Amino acid sequence: MKISYYPGCTLRTKAKDLDDSARLCAKALGVEMEEIENWQCCGAVYPMGTDEIATKLSAVRALDAAKHNGGKLLTLCSACHNVIKRTNEDMKADGDICFRANNYLKLDEPYKGETEVLHYLELLKNVVGFDNIKKAVVKPLNRKVGAYYGCLLLRPSGVMAFDNPENPTIIEDFIRAIGGTPVVYPFRNECCGAYVGLKNSELPKKKSEKILQSAKEKGAEEVITACPLCLYNLQTNGGNILPVKYFTELLAEALGVQA
Amino acid sequence: MQRIGVFICWCGSNIAATVDVVKVAETIKNEPGVVFSANYQYMCSENGQQLIKQAIKEHNLTGIVVGACSPRMHEATFRKAAEEAGLNPYMVEIANIREHCSWIHKDMEEATEKAVILVRTAIAKVKLNAPLTAGESPVVKRALVIGGGIAGIQAALDIADAGFEVDIVEKNATIGGRMAQLDKTFPTLDCSACILTPKMVDCAQHEKIDILSYSEVEEVKGFVGNFSVKIRRKARYVDETKCTGCKLCMEKCPSKKGLDDFNMNLNTRTAIHIPFAQAIPNVAVIDATQCLKMKTGKCGICQKFCEVGAIDFTQQDTFIERQYGAIVVATGFKPIALDNFNEFGYADNKDVITSLELERLMNAAGPTNGVLLRPSDNEHPKVITFIQCVGSRDTSGCGKPYCSKICCMYTAKHAMMIREKYPDTEVHVFYIDVRTPGKNYDEFHRRAVEQYGVDYIKGMVGKVYNENGKLMVQGSNLIDNEQITIASDLVVLATAIEPEPSVRKVATLLTASIDTNNFLTESHAKLRPVESPTAGVYLAGVCQGPKDIPETVSQASACAAKVICLLVKDKLKTNPCVAMPDEMMCNGCSQCANVCAYGAITYVDKEFRLGGGKTEIRRVASVNPAVCQGCGACTVTCPSGAMDLKGFSSKQIMSEVEAICKM
Repeated sequence: MKISYYPGCTLRTKAKDLDDSARLCAKALGVEMEEIENWQCCGAVYPMGTDEIATKLSAVRALDAAKHNGGKLLTLCSACHNVIKRTNEDMKADGDICFRANNYLKLDEPYKGETEVLHYLELLKNVVGFDNIKKAVVKPLNRKVGAYYGCLLLRPSGVMAFDNPENPTIIEDFIRAIGGTPVVYPFRNECCGAYVGLKNSELPKKKSEKILQSAKEKGAEEVITACPLCLYNLQTNGGNILPVKYFTELLAEALGVQA
Repeated sequence: MQRIGVFICWCGSNIAATVDVVKVAETIKNEPGVVFSANYQYMCSENGQQLIKQAIKEHNLTGIVVGACSPRMHEATFRKAAEEAGLNPYMVEIANIREHCSWIHKDMEEATEKAVILVRTAIAKVKLNAPLTAGESPVVKRALVIGGGIAGIQAALDIADAGFEVDIVEKNATIGGRMAQLDKTFPTLDCSACILTPKMVDCAQHEKIDILSYSEVEEVKGFVGNFSVKIRRKARYVDETKCTGCKLCMEKCPSKKGLDDFNMNLNTRTAIHIPFAQAIPNVAVIDATQCLKMKTGKCGICQKFCEVGAIDFTQQDTFIERQYGAIVVATGFKPIALDNFNEFGYADNKDVITSLELERLMNAAGPTNGVLLRPSDNEHPKVITFIQCVGSRDTSGCGKPYCSKICCMYTAKHAMMIREKYPDTEVHVFYIDVRTPGKNYDEFHRRAVEQYGVDYIKGMVGKVYNENGKLMVQGSNLIDNEQITIASDLVVLATAIEPEPSVRKVATLLTASIDTNNFLTESHAKLRPVESPTAGVYLAGVCQGPKDIPETVSQASACAAKVICLLVKDKLKTNPCVAMPDEMMCNGCSQCANVCAYGAITYVDKEFRLGGGKTEIRRVASVNPAVCQGCGACTVTCPSGAMDLKGFSSKQIMSEVEAICKM
C-alpha cells in the first residue's frame, strides 16, 4: 500500500536516522511512504499562537495535499504530528479558523479537515498490525527496553486520541512485537524539558536525568522515543545514564533491514 | 354519534411559551366529532379538573382528549376526574404536547402545528376507545428485601415493625454489608459496629424477619402484589440450624491461607470461617475453593472437632420458592477496580491502599487490631497522603463521570482520626473540590483543616512512584501554581464507588431499569425517588445512586413506608389494558405464550360451532388478565393477528398513524 508522508524539517537534518530507518522498515512491511511534494515546515510554534492563522497554513497545505492523494497523512516526528493533527482538528471543528485559513490559501476546493492524520506508530498498530510485525521479525530484540512517550504524542488527549495519557501502552506493545521486554517506569510520560533548555539549561538536565534514572531503576537497558527533541534532550542532557534511540531504529534491527 | 371534548393545557409557560394554545383549541373545534374545545392555564389544578368535569356533564361527552404533559405525569389525574363526572376513565386520551412538543421545539409556528397533529392523533384514537373496567388482584402480605446491608436492614426492620413478614436475601454469609467494614462514621465519629450490630441483632430476633444469608435471587415471576421468587440457598457446608458459632472449627482448620475478604484481603483466614465476630447469623461457612477436604478429600478436621455435628461436606445448593407482595432492592456498592489508574501505583506498591482498606487498618477488629501500620513492613507511617476523586468525576473514560459523594467526608474523617491518634503524623490531602454539604458536615471538614492541621492541597495527582523506599506523590498545587512532590510513607486512594455488579442480574430478573452507570433508575427523580418504574419494586441505598449512611437509612425508611402502603391493601386494581385473543382467528400456535415474559398466556381446548349442528374442538390462547401486564409483545408476535391489546388495539394504533400521515 501507498501512503502520503510528511517528514518535516528535523528529519531532513538532525533526525535523519529516524527518517531513514522508518522508510526502510515500511518498505520491508509492504508500505510505500510517498513523500508529499513541496512540503514546508509544519508550523512548529503553532501551540503558542492561538489567535493567528499564518502558523497553521503550511500544515493545512500538507493536509490538503494528502487529501488529494489517498486521504491519509503519515507523520513521524512527534512535534509535527502534534501540530498537524491539532491544526486538522481546528479545520474540522473551528469554523472561524477554517474560514480564515481557506481565505488565505484559495484552494480549488476549501479544506475542512477531511484528511486522516496517522502517526507511524498508529500505522504499525492499526494498519500493518503488531501481529504481522511479530511475524516479520527476523532478529528478536531479547532485551529490556523502556518506552519514552514524552508529551506531544499524548496531549491534549482529546484531540490526539493517541493513547491513555496517564497509562499509555502502544510503545510497550510495539516493543513486545519486536521481541523485546517492555519496562514500564513512572516517568515515561513526563516532559523532557523541551525548548526550555534555550533559556535555562538546568531544567532539561534535571528532567531528562530523572527520566533515564527512573527507566534504569526499573531495569531498562535502553530507552526509545519517537521525538527528535526528546532524543536530543535525553542524549545531551540525560547524563549518559542509558542509550537512547528512535523506535524505528530498533524496528529496523528486529526486521534485519539496518542500513 | 361520538361527542368528543378537547382540553388544551398551557402548563404555565411550559407549553404556552412555544405552542399557541388558543390557536390549537380553536383549530381543533372544527374536527369531526369534537363538540367542545377549551384551553386553560393549569388543567391539572382543581379548577382545570372542574372545567373538564363540567364540560363532560354539560355537553354529554363520550370521550375526552387532554393536550398536556406526558401521560406518565397526569393520566391518572384526568382519568379520575372523568370518572367523577360519570365518564369511563378509559375514555380519556392524553396528547403529550409538552415533552413531545413544546420542550423540544423552539419555533412557535412549527410547534403549534405539531401540537394540533398530536391532538388530532389522540382524537382518532379516543373515537375507537371502549369503556374498560379494572379488575382486582389480591396482595401477598410479605416483602422481600434483596441485600442485607444497612439499607436492607433498615427497610426490613421498618416493614416488620408494621406487622408484615419480611425476608432478607443476602448473598454473603452474614448481613451487615459495607457498613460492618467501617471503623468510625461521620460526622459524629461513633463506631460503626456499635450502631450497626444492634440493628443486625434486631433483625435476627424479630419474629417477622427471616434472614436468608448466603442466598441469591434466582428467578422472579408475577407482578406487584403477587411476586413469586425462587431463591438459591448456596451450600455453606455447615448446618445453619446446628452451628453454635463456637469457632472451634476455625481454631483447628489447617488451611489458613485464604484471603480475608471482610478485611479487604489485607490478611488471611481459615477455609472454614465466620466473617467477623458479630456476624449474623453467627454461623460458619466453608470456602470450597480453599477447603482441603473439598479439594483433596483429605482433612475433615473441622468435622471431627465440631461438637454439634454441623459440618456437612455433601451439602448442595437448594432452592426455595416464596410469594411476595413487594420487593426492595438494596444491593449496595463496591469500590471500583483500579486497573485503569496505574499512575497511582496501587498494583505495584503495598503501601498504596484504598480508603476501605484504611478503614480495616484502623479498625480494632481489623488485621492490625486498630494500630495504624503500613502493609509493607508494619511500620508506623509518618507522612500520609490522601488522593481524592480517584476514578470519580472522571471525563477521560477511565473512571466514573459522577461524584461518589461520600469520599470528601470519609477522607476528612480519616485525616482527622490519624492526626488525633498519631499527632506526629503529617497528613496531606489532594482534592479537586471539597464537597461537604449536609448537617454538621462542612463544620466537620473545617475541623480537620483548622483544628487538626490537615494539609489540604487543591490539585490533582499525576503519579505516585517509589524512590528509595518512599512513595513520591507528584501533583499540582493550584493555589500556589507549582508542581509539588510529597515523599510519603502511605498513600490512600479515595476510590470511586459503583453499584455492586450483581445488581445487573437482579435488575434483569425484576425488569427494573438501570442507567449507564448501573444505578437503578427511580420512577421520578424528584417525586417518586424510592420507587422503581416497575410496580412493586422499591430502591434503597447506593444501588440507586451514591449516598452516605444517614441518607441511606432515610431512603430505606421511605422505601419501607411505600411497601407498607402497598401491603396494607387487601386488593389492588389491575390494569384493564390487557391482551385478549380473537378465538375465531387463533390457530393455537403458541408463539404468543413463548414471548410472554409474565407467563400470562395458557392454552385451552374449546368447542366451536361450525353450523349445521356440527362442532369442532380447537386449541386457543387464553390470557390471565391478573397476570398480563399489557406489554403488547404477544400482539406483535401473533402471526394471524388474533391477539389484541385492550385500549391499544391494532385498529386504534393504525388510526393514530393515519391521523399523523394525513398532514
